[in-house]
Amino acid sequence: MSRSPGRKQENHKISRELFVLTYGALVAQLCKDYEKDEDVNTCLDTMGYSIGVRLIDDFLARSAVKKCRSYSETAGMIAQVAFKMYLGITPTVSCRSAAGNEFSLILDKNPLVDFVEELPAERASLCYCNLLCGVIRGALEMVHLAAEVTFLQDRLKGDAVTEIGITFLRKPEDRKHKRN
Amino acid sequence: VGHAVLAINGSEVNGRFTADGKDVLEFLGNPANYPVSIRFGRHRLSSNEKLMLASMFHSLFAIGSQLSPEVGSSGIEMLETDTFKLHCFQTLTGIKFMVLADPRQTGIDALLRKIYEIYSDYALKNPFYSLEMPIRCELFDQNLKLALEVAEKAGPFGPGS
Repeated sequence: MSRSPGRKQENHKISRELFVLTYGALVAQLCKDYEKDEDVNTCLDTMGYSIGVRLIDDFLARSAVKKCRSYSETAGMIAQVAFKMYLGITPTVSCRSAAGNEFSLILDKNPLVDFVEELPAERASLCYCNLLCGVIRGALEMVHLAAEVTFLQDRLKGDAVTEIGITFLRKPEDRKHKRN
Repeated sequence: VGHAVLAINGSEVNGRFTADGKDVLEFLGNPANYPVSIRFGRHRLSSNEKLMLASMFHSLFAIGSQLSPEVGSSGIEMLETDTFKLHCFQTLTGIKFMVLADPRQTGIDALLRKIYEIYSDYALKNPFYSLEMPIRCELFDQNLKLALEVAEKAGPFGPGS
């Protein structure tokens, strides 16, 4: 993560490996704590949500982006600016529905799975990176955009690509009345 | 004139007493303590006054954005009076940052954005801080103070409040 030049502190960078290992340890512990894959997935999503509701302000403060005018702008912002800022990757965005409210982000590279090739047999429906879905969902909610975010495809499960699906739930017109 | 003593020799003053219990007028009356540096400014708002101000302004802000002839108004950005200017910055997440400053003070926009960064760093990233609660984070206070000092020095005239 980059910092503004005025900060007089030492280099903030921590090793990427440590981060990936920490994430792996987190998932491994959750697998010990919960028997069912769905429970682990839910737990990861909830944790991600708590991160997302706070991370959004950091994102907005640092990137100083303007308000997005459409769902596709928002999806593009997530993929090209946010993912780049926090994970150093740029997923490709595409629109999945004619209504213009369903998008998919295809992750070419995913740092979180640096050390994982495939899921163990007893954990076949585990969404290893489900934390990311929670983060996106939490962040969007804080800017008054309700969305469902899930993994549509996962290389760890044997699919060809890793794909995150974002479905925006409300029309933009409804949002105007919620503005404070 | 409406101004009060805010600090003597760098340590904050509360009413008639300094932080370590010395009586201000006594201290100033004793020539042995000279030279002394005194900071004047407008009265600091009490916590209650701040809450009242924030809630009133929040409602005014909402009404203002609805009444605005421009579609999609971003709300009240600045309130100007003879004695002070109130600057408000609303984030896309709905948080409002307000700064009360001297009318001649410049650089408030940059200050507001800096405060947003400080908030997102030292308040939001503090795991023990719950959203929407008063911020009691040491690092937040320290960095905020630093940012205010920088802004004050950069302004063309004396300190804002």
